[in-house]
Amino acid sequence: MYQFEFHRPKSLAEAAALLEANEDAKALSGGQTLLPTLKQRLASPSDVVDLSAVPELKGISVSGDTVTIGAFTRHVDVAKSAEVAKAIPALSQLAAHIGDPAVRNRGTIGGSVANNDPAADYPSAVLALNATIHTNKRTIAADDFFKGLFETALDAGELIVKFTFPVPKRAGYAKFPNPASRYAMVGVFVAETASGVRVAVTGAGPGVFRAKEIEAALAGSFSAASLDGVKVPSAGMNSDMHGSAEYRAHLVTVMAKRAVAAAG
Amino acid sequence: MPTVTITVNGKAVTREVEARTLLVQFLREHLSLTGTHVGCDTSQCGACVVHVDGQAIKSCTTLAVQADGSAVTTIEGLADGQTLHPMQEAFREHHGLQCGFCTPGMIMTAVDFAKNNKNPTEAEIRQALEGNICRCTGYHNIVKAVAAGTAAMNG
Ligand SMILES: Cc1cc2nc3c(=O)[nH]c(=O)nc-3n(C[C@H](O)[C@H](O)[C@H](O)COP(=O)(O)OP(=O)(O)OC[C@H]3O[C@@H](n4cnc5c(N)ncnc54)[C@H](O)[C@@H]3O)c2cc1C
Ligand code: FES
Ligand code: FES
Repeated sequence: MYQFEFHRPKSLAEAAALLEANEDAKALSGGQTLLPTLKQRLASPSDVVDLSAVPELKGISVSGDTVTIGAFTRHVDVAKSAEVAKAIPALSQLAAHIGDPAVRNRGTIGGSVANNDPAADYPSAVLALNATIHTNKRTIAADDFFKGLFETALDAGELIVKFTFPVPKRAGYAKFPNPASRYAMVGVFVAETASGVRVAVTGAGPGVFRAKEIEAALAGSFSAASLDGVKVPSAGMNSDMHGSAEYRAHLVTVMAKRAVAAAG
Repeated sequence: MPTVTITVNGKAVTREVEARTLLVQFLREHLSLTGTHVGCDTSQCGACVVHVDGQAIKSCTTLAVQADGSAVTTIEGLADGQTLHPMQEAFREHHGLQCGFCTPGMIMTAVDFAKNNKNPTEAEIRQALEGNICRCTGYHNIVKAVAAGTAAMNG
């Protein structure tokens, strides 16, 4: 790992100022992606800004039809939150199956969504549930946030503060985990929301995307049976040692069926 | 250089460290607590698991400066003098190790798990061990040991 200056700001304003003062500064949340990257010398930030003491980024609350989750909320906290389990059980189940217990004890939702790994779990929930991303500068709709492989709408130095998730009528998530890393080979999040059925797929392509074929089939009837014979095109999907594009395309429908069944 | 104060196995230690020092380097190289192992450089094997404020984390994927002000427990901090911790005793009793390289991480993961799961199923134990890789045992005796250790801790 290269040398850097370490900072632990005590407020959002202070954190934002540190990141703006230096274009080579990086935010550190749970560190479960950033630290492995630094260890491999794939990045060399001049400054590392630890978000763990920024109170504005913390906490889970549910009011009316909205679940609000601060960016520095660990996967274990979402998985164990009784409020989240009641409002959006699919979200707590998703969090409970990210990586392993030690990863969940440190990794955070803000870090996961900002990183936008093409095989990460959370981006599928954010997109399918039509969540809003609140940054220190603006709000961004999920449909405008994810820009493909590790790319998001965030500007350099812009910080995610929190997410608001509208509570869906029902939702489910199913993933086929890579047996070594637990990242999604294919993960499908299905949601029946106020703005219709939304289905987001992670792991299969270069970034999370909505599966229009599945959405159309479920719009008629929200049941696993309505997905019988539905095919998702494999063009543009990932092919690697773990599975071909065709295999992944097949898994999308299989996982979508399981997600619908889980949604009840 | 930053100065950190970390309570390690009950004793407060203050040291100057480079910001890039990993918690596992701090434990092994600065404090000579070599019971915590490093088995990979991809954050996947779990040989380095220790507790920070009671929770199992990978010390190879945590900076020492992030643990400033925290309490860290390593495998060296579990036994009470000559008396093994119930989870250590269960690993010995059930032959939950062969070469022993993965064992410190296995036990630290298992102790945190046992605190939060009083009466787990075998499937829950196997799921809890997903972040700990063992190249020797085939896991069966580790699972038996964790079941017995969990019962002993909560008995
Ligand atoms: C062994 C292992 C297995 C894993 N398995 C899975 C899995 O199955 N599924 C899965 O989804 N993930 C998995 N992960 C990744 C894990 O969920 C990470 O926690 C997550 O990707 C990053 O979150 P973090 O809080 O650790 O962020 P960090 O590593 O601290 O940061 C990641 C990136 O986001 C930026 N960032 C952090 N916070 C903010 C913010 N508030 N605003 C703007 N930018 C920010 C950082 O600058 C950095 O570039 C795994 C990781 C490991 C090590
Ligand atoms: S040394 Fe392998 S996970 Fe930490
Ligand atoms: S006993 Fe040898 S790696 Fe587990």
